[in-house]
Amino acid sequence: MYLADRGPTAATAPSDADHGRTDRAAQPGRALRAIPATVLALGTVSLITDISSEMVTAVLPLYVVAGLGLSPLGFGVLDGVYNGVSGLVRLFGGHLADRGRRHKAVAVIGYGLSAVCKPLLLIAHTLPLISGVLALDRTGKGIRTAPRDAMISLASTPENRGRAFGVHRAMDTGGALLGPIVAFLVLGAAADGYDAVFTVSFCIAALGVLVLVLFVPGGRAPATAPLESVPAAEGVPDGGGAAPGSPPVTLRSAMALLRIPDVRRLTVTATLLGLTTVSDAFVYLMLQHRLGISERLFPLLPLGTAFFFLVLAMPLGVLADRVGRRRVFLGGHVALLLAYGLLLMPLDGDVLPFVVLALHGTFYAATDGVLPAAAAGAVPAELRASGLALIGTGQALARFCCSIAFGALWTVIGDRAVLGIAMAGLALCAAWAAYALRGPETA
Amino acid sequence: MTARARLITLVVAVALLGTVAFASVMHASQRAGERDTAQPGGPPVSAGAVSLTGSGRMVFRNMAWGPYRDDLVSVPVGDPGGARVAASVRCLRFYAAAGTGVCLRKEDGALQETYFASILDSGLRTLHDFPIAGIPTRTRVSPSGHMVAWTVFVGGDSYAGSNFSTRTSIVDTRTWELTPSLEDYTIIKDGRPYHSADVNFWGVTFSDDGHFYATLATKGQTYLIRGDVAARTVTTMRTNVECPSLSPDGTRLVFKKRVPGADPDEPWRLYALDLKTMAETPLAESRSVDDQVVWSDENTVMYGLAGDYGDDLWSVPADGTGAARRVAVAALNPAFIG
Repeated sequence: MYLADRGPTAATAPSDADHGRTDRAAQPGRALRAIPATVLALGTVSLITDISSEMVTAVLPLYVVAGLGLSPLGFGVLDGVYNGVSGLVRLFGGHLADRGRRHKAVAVIGYGLSAVCKPLLLIAHTLPLISGVLALDRTGKGIRTAPRDAMISLASTPENRGRAFGVHRAMDTGGALLGPIVAFLVLGAAADGYDAVFTVSFCIAALGVLVLVLFVPGGRAPATAPLESVPAAEGVPDGGGAAPGSPPVTLRSAMALLRIPDVRRLTVTATLLGLTTVSDAFVYLMLQHRLGISERLFPLLPLGTAFFFLVLAMPLGVLADRVGRRRVFLGGHVALLLAYGLLLMPLDGDVLPFVVLALHGTFYAATDGVLPAAAAGAVPAELRASGLALIGTGQALARFCCSIAFGALWTVIGDRAVLGIAMAGLALCAAWAAYALRGPETA
Repeated sequence: MTARARLITLVVAVALLGTVAFASVMHASQRAGERDTAQPGGPPVSAGAVSLTGSGRMVFRNMAWGPYRDDLVSVPVGDPGGARVAASVRCLRFYAAAGTGVCLRKEDGALQETYFASILDSGLRTLHDFPIAGIPTRTRVSPSGHMVAWTVFVGGDSYAGSNFSTRTSIVDTRTWELTPSLEDYTIIKDGRPYHSADVNFWGVTFSDDGHFYATLATKGQTYLIRGDVAARTVTTMRTNVECPSLSPDGTRLVFKKRVPGADPDEPWRLYALDLKTMAETPLAESRSVDDQVVWSDENTVMYGLAGDYGDDLWSVPADGTGAARRVAVAALNPAFIG
């Protein structure tokens, strides 16, 4: 638990292997200027890439049914299986990135793989082929996530990491919001122009890869400063300072991360909370069932969550830097708890959907970037990508298990009862997490 | 690489990629424009009055290129390939019976497309609009014209990500009482109440205002079900039946069946089911058909197959004899009037 004590005094000390772009402006007043160029570049890559991928997501159902005239039932049969695989891919991507300390190279492979999937959609005209292309696309996403987050954490100072991740997540979400708009602009200019949507999507994705190659510093990460390392973490043979001659990163050393108490605690906490985090689709269905939101407005609900996520990601990241990332991470789950509560209460009114969506967006803003920011402090720099992948994968797989159980129970005991159970579980897990994560926090 | 070199590379790449993107949109836009021009040799279409009452007419969605593309058109039953009279009503899916029409249509919005099920009177005027949550696929009207059902594909319903599910709704046009989803009905499978999160319904065909057949899918298996509107129940009857269509005399169903060993991209064949003996007969159509057939008389069914310009309309005897025959090109979703 008590890792290297990096209080405010360490603020201007040379921080992580930061690819040469250390953020030394610790004063909160210089919020935007203080964001490292690497983080802005990675945020731009994510923004561009999300425009590209959300363009495809927005038109795909229409393309399959109206464009190709196919019956898409059973289209996502392998989705469940693939969720497990994509978790493994994420671990693999993280490990690969740490292994040669080539975060950028692995990220380029991941972004590149997703980019080449777009022109493949032009020639994939059957459901199995389209499913295959989508699986490849998601493999690319799985590969790039951990090295990208590792680069964000390594490029920012420990005391500004929450803000760095917040900025990145805001840019990422901004891209996701723009994607459907671009797609429907293309379809507006060219009726049934799905091929144009895929071509434009590819051009945008290629631009994202180019920005990554040109503007994100790469090369081998230099050795970490002693402050960033994990001195004498029990039971981790090579968990000490990553001196230039440190032992190579192996699968074993990656798994041994779990022997660092702080990493273990964060992994277990994130996984447990994930087990009680109801998936977005169910939250929107509940909103619809309880508040009678029309079919017409239903597709707009995710936009509400994304809007609040976008607006709050950076402020809550800054807040996490000031008051503690674990506190904000837990606070996000309290927001989710409140959202569940509102869905369960016999309330009515036009404001309620907005409040629920605001809480739901707050949950994402307070957890999605804050968790890796918190985790980065616990994972030694030379295993950063592996560690972030481990925690992220645990959380993602737990959420998926929750969704399956929730879906199965939904029809048997009804939506209110199952949400009540989830709420009780979330409250318990959050209480346990507050206990487990107490004490001083590593930056 | 210097900062200057990086910037130049970026500018050149943006110009190149931008050109490719722009060209692809222009190309698609031009292609869309071409569809507004009638093809030489295509069926002649002219504007006129289309009615859902009268006799001896067939009304369907015209898919032929030209100014009337996607409009509802009417032709004489005796000359389905002949001149088409078009009404300015545009539908993705259509059906009609006893003077009641249903038109599943799309409205373009800034952020997304929205869909509606419009209930039409015999003059194709909209009586009621129901917003629907997905992309239309099947729709039917009961023989009396009182009950209307439709099925749409919904994305994102699933907890497993990019899965699709269906939602089937039924409305009583006498009271406008809407059942938003058949999933609200009680399912009786093998004699016992059945619950599952993965239940999907599609392809309703009415026998009367209170009863219908449809397809239920769960755990990778499809079932023929018989539904009771008053009791709000559906009961499974047999497996591997999709998109049933009841004969006018109510004794037989023609449906699409997954046949073993078929190409996974073309898995279905048309079969007839005798509801008294429960005997299945394959129809004389050897291709895979993904449609809910329409009975054109007591012994013949019609269905769509991909053609050069949208779907073509084909017909085949409903008893396994004869051969498939193309009835009309660029035509979808016929309904027989009178």
